[in-house]
Amino acid sequence: MSARAATPKARPNDLMGLSDEEYDRVVAILGREPSLTELGIFSVMWSEHCSYKSSKKWLKTLPTMAPWVICGPGENAGVIDIGDGEAVVFKMESHNHPSFIEPYQGAATGVGGILRDVFTMGARPIANMNALRFGDPAHPKTRHLVAGVVAGIGGYGNCVGVPTVGGETNFHASYNGNCLVNAMTVGLARSDRIFYSAAAGPGNPVVYVGAKTGRDGIHGATMASAEFDEKSDEKRPTVQVGDPFTEKLLIEACLELMETDAIVAIQDMGAAGLTSSSVEMAGKGGLGIELDLDRVPTREPSMSAYEIMLSESQERMLMILKPEREALARRIFDKYELDCVTIGRVTESGRIVVRKSGRVEAEIPLAPIATEAPEYDRPWLRAPKRPEIAPGDVPNLEPARALAMLMASPDLASRRWIWEQYDYLVRGHTVQRPGGDAAVVRIPGRAKALAITTDCTPRYVDADPEAGGAQAVAESWRNLTAVGARPLAITDNMNFGNPERPEIMGQFAGAIKGMAAACRALDYPVVSGNVSLYNETNGQAILPAPAVGGVGVIDDIARMATLAFKRAGDAIVLIGETQGWLGCSLYLRELCGRGAGAPPPVDLAAERRNGDFVRRMILEDRVSACHDVSDGGLLVALAEMALAGDLGFAIESAGQSPAHAFLFGEDQARYVLATRDAPVIVDAAVAGGIPATVLGRVTATGDLTLNGRPLISIEELRAAHESWLPGFMNGP
Amino acid sequence: MKTAVVVFPGSNREQDVADALERTTGRTPAMVWHRDSELPAVDLIVLPGGFSYGDYLRCGAMAARSPIMREIAAEAGKGVAVLGICNGFQTLCEAGLLPGVLLSNASLRFCCRDIHLRVETSQSLFTQRYATGAVIKVPVAHHDGNYFADPATLDRIEDRGQVAFRYCSAAGALDAAHNPNGSARNIAGIFNDTKNVLGLMPHPENATDSALGAIGGCGLFESLADAFA
Repeated sequence: MSARAATPKARPNDLMGLSDEEYDRVVAILGREPSLTELGIFSVMWSEHCSYKSSKKWLKTLPTMAPWVICGPGENAGVIDIGDGEAVVFKMESHNHPSFIEPYQGAATGVGGILRDVFTMGARPIANMNALRFGDPAHPKTRHLVAGVVAGIGGYGNCVGVPTVGGETNFHASYNGNCLVNAMTVGLARSDRIFYSAAAGPGNPVVYVGAKTGRDGIHGATMASAEFDEKSDEKRPTVQVGDPFTEKLLIEACLELMETDAIVAIQDMGAAGLTSSSVEMAGKGGLGIELDLDRVPTREPSMSAYEIMLSESQERMLMILKPEREALARRIFDKYELDCVTIGRVTESGRIVVRKSGRVEAEIPLAPIATEAPEYDRPWLRAPKRPEIAPGDVPNLEPARALAMLMASPDLASRRWIWEQYDYLVRGHTVQRPGGDAAVVRIPGRAKALAITTDCTPRYVDADPEAGGAQAVAESWRNLTAVGARPLAITDNMNFGNPERPEIMGQFAGAIKGMAAACRALDYPVVSGNVSLYNETNGQAILPAPAVGGVGVIDDIARMATLAFKRAGDAIVLIGETQGWLGCSLYLRELCGRGAGAPPPVDLAAERRNGDFVRRMILEDRVSACHDVSDGGLLVALAEMALAGDLGFAIESAGQSPAHAFLFGEDQARYVLATRDAPVIVDAAVAGGIPATVLGRVTATGDLTLNGRPLISIEELRAAHESWLPGFMNGP
Repeated sequence: MKTAVVVFPGSNREQDVADALERTTGRTPAMVWHRDSELPAVDLIVLPGGFSYGDYLRCGAMAARSPIMREIAAEAGKGVAVLGICNGFQTLCEAGLLPGVLLSNASLRFCCRDIHLRVETSQSLFTQRYATGAVIKVPVAHHDGNYFADPATLDRIEDRGQVAFRYCSAAGALDAAHNPNGSARNIAGIFNDTKNVLGLMPHPENATDSALGAIGGCGLFESLADAFA
């Protein structure tokens, strides 16, 4: 006999993050007041983190289709076809709030979570990436956060044996109270062996595998849907603890089971743990589910139904198996010494029924959790356009000093201190290591490789959300193009402030509009993503950061490009038009102390034209080095190519004035090429209506030379570029 | 050459070393799961890189006490070649098959980068393809690679020619600036006293693929292939 759990008679004081109106909906759905466990289930399922209630309206406008897209947004990760019967599964996800509270475990479990999203779909993870934003280096917490987050990403990824091959890191005071930790995993699967999460087959067993359930991370998804204040440190118990060794076992066990026909559906227990996995699997299948919580493996005795349903303990998966395959699954999980327990059944009831100790702790119709989920069309305000800044209004600094200072500035200094803490070589297929335009990872057994990049320029998005959103997508596409890859698709990680403020919602809406336009113009759809809102502390929002994770394919690694200069004597050619756009540039911010002005405009037709041209030149083997021009402008791009190749250059800027705008402007759609075939490239560009300028030559001497005058030696430049981050991290 | 690669649950470079063996010797090694109690009859046993049993205790400490290590120790005692890379080196030290121990890097941070090694002797199964004093470029990727032993032990292994590799500059200079982890006397790899067991922290297996632009590790696998041709 089962007795219904006692339900509160009156509205509880703590609605667990639900609004009064949302609570009323819960009561209407149930026809009664919810039990504690039921309230917890609604609270997490309708949290911003799980329900996308503020962002859904806008996310729907992103293009998600292309002939090579196998699975777009809505599953655990996106899936694209790369030919030869192979598919790439990838996604990026934030772990911002936990990482700020407990940087090592927050970042580590961010990596663990995104790995599970990818191998859940049948893919072996082959590369990790990240996009990190920290506060002002002068802020007392910044160093501690950088140290913890980087060690946490490394600690988890290095142990599970998935190479962390690249990423990006920015510093800005707006992240003082909310660092951003976005982790991306790329996996490889057979295109006819993709696993999905929709439950099927009433009567089929619901099987729990992996680590035991503890009291960690309870209500983490709700925490991630609120602003921070002075008491945020008290939220430390809601941060999960990662165990990469168990994750490694879970990866191997799941992939081994996926070689059989045992699995009907599978989903990881990520945010909102057993609640979201069971509700979503049964809901997507249009079925019901019954769970017996007495069977759930727990780390400690006497955990309540509420705690078990809401725990965010890591390294756990939920599967629907064919009944005759339970024994086979148990054998495989026993080999890896992991729990594998049948905790329930798929039913036809259309309801989730949760029992513990013979009592029904929750009984909720599933369809309304999705169909009645709140969805808000929040008011939004378009940000006022900022004035364009004329080069004449910006001081024309001495280029050598400007270059040295920029190359040693927090946003441009070498990230070696970070990526040397990541094992970027494990698995033995890393073709291009961190530090280039894109990481390149070979497909085992083939000449083919994936190019991967993460990009966003938050100061552009802040100044003009639409242009900044388009720029993030365009820069991602350009970085893949610069290594010779065909860009295929992106995952997006939308990091913004409080959506209940119209100006923040305006940033979100604008960024989405710009991203959608760029995705369409570049045939570069969104196949997965994640939204992180409420990145605010005491009402101060972050610079908006719609981070873009891009994936492209290189058909033959013998025909790819890297940014390092290879040979003295090669001509240096600039592709694309330079107007000398200094608004929102690093030159303006770092050297003139002004964050002002409109960001560079994004001409998507020019991006497409110039990029397709550069890729063609790389594939025709005419290019010895290639680099996209972005943060810091042309002279910074050239300096990065020189440092990577340990060769100098001599260029002329005569006739290009004013000099500082030409050298440090951040005009988009530009690439620097080094080549032996300059005449061929210039002729072909001109024929295609593409601006191409021969700037000078690569030189053997270690000097960087402008208009016949030495600027700086490469050794001096290297010292400035390499010393900032270690100096900061080891500083007093 | 017949090879067995021992796979612990947390090993993660077993495929890297299997690929390197196949590339350089043309032979595919047997992969032996840690719970298998019997080793196949082989010329070479490899303990690959990774985190054997999670390494939440001292790295390799649990692996050193696993049942399969008794088998490996017995085979090593009979003269079978044993190669421990990274976590494998840590495990061989913890198991007492090699002297000394690996501490946390002096920086206390994980370190992944290309380094240079000076080959200290060509007089071994593992290094005969290299010239003594040759400098090779291979990567390291570890958090606990700081080789430590008491001075008497260090003197003894040096006197007996048991030092296989030392960290050095591209020109072969031994100095602190080119020691990535603080290892005593820049030691990167050592033999046992009969020189049939080698442990090293760097990853020669990740420098065997010309398509990736690094081949400094080929000599080690080719040396073994020659020895067991």
